[in-house]
Amino acid sequence: MYPSRFRYEAPRSLEEAIELLRLGGGEAKVLAGGQSLVPMLKLRFASPEMVVDINNIAGLDYHRVDPDGTIRIGALCRHADLENSAILHAHQPTMAAAAPVIADPIVRNRGTLVGSLCHADPQGDWASVMIALGGSIIAQGPNGRRSIPVADFVKGPFQNVLAFDELAIEAVVPAPKGVVNGGYLKLERRVGDFATVGVAIALESSSGVIIRAGIGLTGVGGTTINAIEAAKALIGGPLTAESIANAGDLAAQGAQPRTDHRGSATYKRHIVRTFVVRILDGVVESMERAA
Amino acid sequence: MSLDEIKIGGMGASRRRVEDNRFIRGKGNYIDDIVLPGMLHMEILRSPFAHARIKSIDTSKAWGIPGVRLVMTGEMMASRNLAWMPTLSYDTQAVLATDKVRFQGQEVACVIADDAYIAKDGCEAIVVEYEPLPVIVNPLQAMAPGAPLIRDDKENQHDNVVFDWEVGDKSGTERAFAQADVVSKLDLHYPRSHPSPMETCGSIADFDRATSKLTVYMTSQAPHIIRAAVAMVAELPEHMIRIVSPDLGGGFGNKVPVYPGYVASILASILLERPVKWIEDKTGNLISTGFARDVYLRGEMALRKDGKILGIRMHTDSDHGAFFSDAQPSKFKIGLMHSAFACYDIPVAHLTARGVYTNKAPGGVAYRCSFRVTEAMFFQERMVQAAADDLDMDQAEFRRINFVGDDDFPHRTAFGFLTDSGQYGKCLDVGLEAIGYKDFLKQKEEAKKRGRLLGIGISTMTEPLGAGNSREYDILGIKMFDSAELRVHMTGKAILRTGAKSQGQGHETTWAQIVAHELGIPADDITVEEGDTDTAPFGMGTYASRSTPVAGAAIAMVSRKIRAKARKLAAHLLEVSEEDVEWELGRFYVRSSPDRGVTIQECAMAAYTNMPDGMEPGLENNAYYDPPNLTWPFACYIATVEVDPQTGVWDVLNVVAVDDCGVRINPMIVEGQIMGGLTEAYAMASMQFITFDEEGNCIGSNYMDYLLPTAWETPGFELHEVVTPCPHHPIGAKGIGECATVGGPAAFVNAVMDALKGTGVRNIDMPLLSDRVYEALTKRRDVSGMPPMRTDDV
Repeated sequence: MYPSRFRYEAPRSLEEAIELLRLGGGEAKVLAGGQSLVPMLKLRFASPEMVVDINNIAGLDYHRVDPDGTIRIGALCRHADLENSAILHAHQPTMAAAAPVIADPIVRNRGTLVGSLCHADPQGDWASVMIALGGSIIAQGPNGRRSIPVADFVKGPFQNVLAFDELAIEAVVPAPKGVVNGGYLKLERRVGDFATVGVAIALESSSGVIIRAGIGLTGVGGTTINAIEAAKALIGGPLTAESIANAGDLAAQGAQPRTDHRGSATYKRHIVRTFVVRILDGVVESMERAA
Repeated sequence: MSLDEIKIGGMGASRRRVEDNRFIRGKGNYIDDIVLPGMLHMEILRSPFAHARIKSIDTSKAWGIPGVRLVMTGEMMASRNLAWMPTLSYDTQAVLATDKVRFQGQEVACVIADDAYIAKDGCEAIVVEYEPLPVIVNPLQAMAPGAPLIRDDKENQHDNVVFDWEVGDKSGTERAFAQADVVSKLDLHYPRSHPSPMETCGSIADFDRATSKLTVYMTSQAPHIIRAAVAMVAELPEHMIRIVSPDLGGGFGNKVPVYPGYVASILASILLERPVKWIEDKTGNLISTGFARDVYLRGEMALRKDGKILGIRMHTDSDHGAFFSDAQPSKFKIGLMHSAFACYDIPVAHLTARGVYTNKAPGGVAYRCSFRVTEAMFFQERMVQAAADDLDMDQAEFRRINFVGDDDFPHRTAFGFLTDSGQYGKCLDVGLEAIGYKDFLKQKEEAKKRGRLLGIGISTMTEPLGAGNSREYDILGIKMFDSAELRVHMTGKAILRTGAKSQGQGHETTWAQIVAHELGIPADDITVEEGDTDTAPFGMGTYASRSTPVAGAAIAMVSRKIRAKARKLAAHLLEVSEEDVEWELGRFYVRSSPDRGVTIQECAMAAYTNMPDGMEPGLENNAYYDPPNLTWPFACYIATVEVDPQTGVWDVLNVVAVDDCGVRINPMIVEGQIMGGLTEAYAMASMQFITFDEEGNCIGSNYMDYLLPTAWETPGFELHEVVTPCPHHPIGAKGIGECATVGGPAAFVNAVMDALKGTGVRNIDMPLLSDRVYEALTKRRDVSGMPPMRTDDV
């Protein structure tokens, strides 16, 4: 690969990294897993003056669950760490379902969840998952830290709301208030292909009644779709064949797919509906098993 | 006592690949590993438009970049009469565009610089002013009245038709159709794909002013043809040209043609008197170098009610891109398309073929096949399944009653090929038994009651491979023979060189096994070398599964010449007359006294130290082999699938392959070839194609969009064999490199179509992406026809 010339920096602390980003004045790009940035450099779609490689900053490769149930994922936590995570399997079924279908095994070894969110690709899986979960991003800049809900974090295709001197250091999934359920289904033409359609559903229930629901859709819009209407319709009652079908229809309506070489808009809407129903049917089964 | 042939790595030994010793250690010597002193780097600027007039090219900024040594444009090439070059199909192709660009990715300018980064910067600094023209992306548009003329550079070219060609018996076929009980029709498309070897194309041209010698290291499957072409086109003396094809990271037909990058790097080296390296990037390889397929079929079959095929009618429309540079060695315009139906006893057939220019990349190549055989066999087996369905006959039984019988060889096909051997029915039986045909049919009916869609697809075919014989096959007039040169050293070790060129086939391993079989010299004692025109004997290279059928035969023949001389040496050493000497593997002995003998190694020593009076010293020879016929392997591939009616996603349940490629030299390598071929077949059926939008933008210009299968989704394969030795090949072998790629796709497609049987869907064009299957199922109609990229319901 022959990218344009750029200055390469490998800071050893967050402060140093943020100072470099400040010096870069908007012409610097952060390198974490590099699974999106490096192909863009190769194709010269991105020609930053500086690449700030954060891989030498210690203490960012964690993912953990706090005593209250909050899940925290550091900026250098790789997809593969999440795929193999006992924490997710025990605490977070939507993330546990998504982790093994992110890209392909080679990308998963290097790529990061936080980097994927920052990249803001409408075909990225994690953004849908985090939107369904009501997750947020912790950004650190020269003036300290702030928390940004993932639903507000993505401004448009490949655009996030970070200031040029801000670094996303952590993704946070808030502590659940009920029993956690959910799943992620992805239609891809081949392992490693971008999603034709991805559906993330995260539910919290109490005595079989849904008290929180989130549905995120991958690949069916200019940005990740937050299917609010579909999610809202599930809240306040149990999952029934009727409510499931209704949620599927609402999610399909909420999708804004375009016909392309991955399929027609009609087909993609149909897959959204089918996957919503399949995930929720699966949830019903697992709730019945648990009961 | 005779040697154990398997122990010495002879025929039938699954000997480990000797070349892998260096490959798995990262010690291969690929084109980009080669670094010469003073070497410069070349990058190519490509057209963003599929069809546009070039109004101006401003290279001044590029010349201004420090480290840029040379900027070449079409105008500059034209001043040296090199703006256009001849193609392997007797057309012309632009080296660098002068008048207009005719496909997206066409070569417009080159920058030669101190390193590849600077060269790329230089390309970005070139300003080209284009005037976009209307674009043609399929044969329908190409043939439409008033279509823009793509090849306005050619005198006497008034439309976009490249050729019209026909073969067979037109009136006889019409009579057969008139008598038919049923006529089965099927329109099909074999989509455009790209062979996409992992290693892209590249070259290092090194012109030495002091010696006037031009050395070109290049990624070529046929280095000798390149030398001949350079000598003839560039009018350089042939002895002053050395083409070296180093280790190749795959070829699959993509590395047969001559590409503009090679030519430009050669000219640059001559002008700059320094070595110039050009390494194509992946996108450049996918959008500009030899694609494959892209043929539409109108197929018709005349049938008798009892299932007998009475006649075949085929018409093909093939899309050749902007320049007719098909890399094919036959005299037939549409390659070996008319090898279709060779395994069936068909009384009469007629094929018409039209080729057209479009604003797509040129360079039709035989992607892992003999030219157009892949399309031929796919069309054949899809038509066979449709016919069986139309007659409501069992698809296995329909094949069986139409097969050429075991005792009917040699058999002249309706299109004129001569097949020489086969046990087609036996292969089919082995396949049906292995897949559990009858049980599966029951299972399928049971599943159907529960709303599940199971299907089984069969593909049986014999294909002609191993070009050629010199009567019908040549490249630029050079006959399709091949060669081997064997030198046995004093100590009984040997070096073998051939005119073939391995790209991963394992020649270094298997060629030594043929020598071991013929001479009893252990395979480990034999070095195999290929690819350097200064040392290797003249040969036509490796493609079309021709290496074993042709070069492999030459190796057996040269080994026999060596053995004949060794026999004389043995007679001398044993002090008996030659007639009294008998041969067993690795040893001559006295017929009347078998204990008295000499080994081949002792004969070799004698050739240098103790030859009889009057005998020429040394033990070396060469052989040029012109095969009497193509070889005709047979195969039966069967796949079972389940289709998810809610999503259109289909999963492969089982795949059984039965291959009859004659005598197997190295069974492990043969199995590897079959597995690789089946993987590609699965890919064609399920995901792998290159398409274009209406503007002629290539969808499939990188590995995110051009889907190659990985280990994650490729199903497992169960392999079986039947062995019918090739009657005319010295060791009874046939080609095997391409059989599964050729015969495999129809098995998968037939399986999905079988699952959809009864829904009103007769055809879905490859690849059977889930959205196509879903659309067919819900709309109960075929999903097939011309691209561009579907925009059915925006």
